[in-house]
Amino acid sequence: MEWEVVIGLEVHVQLATQSKIFSGASTAFGADPNTQACAVDLAMPGTLPVPNEEAFRFAVMFGLAMNAEIGKRSVFERKNYFYPDLPKGYQTTQLEQPIVGEGQIEIHLEDGSSKTVRLHHAHLEEDAGKSLHEDFHGMSGIDLNRAGTPLIEIVSEPDMRSAAEAVAYLKKIHSIVTYLGISDGDMSQGSLRCDANVSVRLKGEEELGTRTEIKNLNSFRFIEKAIKVEAQRQIDLIEDGGRVVQETRLYDADKNETRSMRSKEVANDYRYFPCPDLLPVVLSDEYIEQVRGDLPELPDAKCARFEKEYGLSAYDADQLTQERLTANYFEQVAAKSGEAKLAANWVMGEVAALLNREEKSIEQSPVNAEHLAGLIARIKDGTISSKIAKQVFEAMANGDGDADAVIEAKGLKQVSDTGAIEKLVDDVIAASSAQVENYRNADPDKRPKMMGFFVGQIMKASKGQANPQMINKILKEKLDALL
Amino acid sequence: MAVDAQTIEKLAELARIAISEETIDEVSSRLGDVLQLVDQLQAVNTDGVEPMAHPLDEVQVLRKDAVTEPNRREAFLALAPQSEAGLYLVPKVID
Repeated sequence: MEWEVVIGLEVHVQLATQSKIFSGASTAFGADPNTQACAVDLAMPGTLPVPNEEAFRFAVMFGLAMNAEIGKRSVFERKNYFYPDLPKGYQTTQLEQPIVGEGQIEIHLEDGSSKTVRLHHAHLEEDAGKSLHEDFHGMSGIDLNRAGTPLIEIVSEPDMRSAAEAVAYLKKIHSIVTYLGISDGDMSQGSLRCDANVSVRLKGEEELGTRTEIKNLNSFRFIEKAIKVEAQRQIDLIEDGGRVVQETRLYDADKNETRSMRSKEVANDYRYFPCPDLLPVVLSDEYIEQVRGDLPELPDAKCARFEKEYGLSAYDADQLTQERLTANYFEQVAAKSGEAKLAANWVMGEVAALLNREEKSIEQSPVNAEHLAGLIARIKDGTISSKIAKQVFEAMANGDGDADAVIEAKGLKQVSDTGAIEKLVDDVIAASSAQVENYRNADPDKRPKMMGFFVGQIMKASKGQANPQMINKILKEKLDALL
Repeated sequence: MAVDAQTIEKLAELARIAISEETIDEVSSRLGDVLQLVDQLQAVNTDGVEPMAHPLDEVQVLRKDAVTEPNRREAFLALAPQSEAGLYLVPKVID
């Protein structure tokens, strides 16, 4: 039996507004508990919400980026449930008339293929506070700083067929919201969180299987693992004659398993109704067009431009444009060095490895775009070889100044002086009589391969600084003269 | 149209209100009256009428995105039955 996994995602994105969606309290992350929770956020009697215009502008930007319909008239509803981190007893959200309607995005998979994922809708809502369960004499501590932070919840159709596709979709959403600047996208701070609806069915089957919902996944790695392990659990269950129960589950990263969240099952009846405290929000066509006009270049457009303008491969262009700041860094290096392909290789190679090793983001890169461009310029003009360049790069990463300063200080300048290289070649030939003898006696078509030994010795003698093209040329002349 | 006791109990649980055994009949009949009114409304032909989201025929005014609320934590915490380390304390809730 061949099984197919069906996945739909609900992604919550915190919007990067200064103040909350319905109050003037700050949304800054990391403040002392409850210092950013005002009377509206605490649901004090007599308070009324007033919506934040920036939250709407951000939601419209997102909708336009997803090629979606924009809800010109959107309505807030109350989703009723009781939990201590939700002081009002309801979450103000949207249901029937959301701000963003149907849309679609293209996702790029590792094997180079693409796929379209349909967006069901996206709506505006408020985030809840946080409950802390440790160390309060058997009680829970409630911090309401996050209560009222604006969110867009992005609901996909069940169009994904593997954990890898789900991750690619989420990465694309992450890329779009950070390009738009409507969220910092920081998953470690909860700015982007995801619930996954997972079901399985036999391949070729039309009808969807019973789904479970995995809550609160907050890293790309966990999402991939959680979906894999949940799909396998469902397959094993069905193959053993059991049946999947529709329920909410939690992923336990330590045990790499999902388990049932029984407490939520009882009260899954939210009794939505339109919020009487808020009037419908109406947006004009002119407003929407103005927002459209202000949209920045988005990942797909940038990717296409990189291929065309810089002659990069589709893969390279895609890699470089996934994150806006990486794309900016690359463009600066390409512009300053005039060598787009070398710039691409360095950004995806040495720079990526360095950032990975030091666990830094591109804006914290120890080697800035200007220094990297300076290094590439020295490769291009023959001052240093690519091999030496790696050494210079490491020195720049350690804060030893720009490329020219490092090359000067360490005496790494490539030797391109004919006389000096001839001497190196002569010395090595003189010291390698056995190899020279072999070379002379070898089949002519085997000789080019045998040159490698001599080149290696010469490079070593020059501490890697001799110009490789010149070595090859001079060495061949001298060896051939001995034949 | 009366609402059965089971439904009353479920609604009470969802709304976190206590309804004693003795009052269930009364609540049931009162809710039934309300639902009768709803039935009357539902008999009206609403073809081509857009659902109303709010009784006022007005449009929501939005505010500028600016932080206008100062930190009044101590005043708010003082209203809570229990607090510690800047947090409101509540009976333990865990999923």
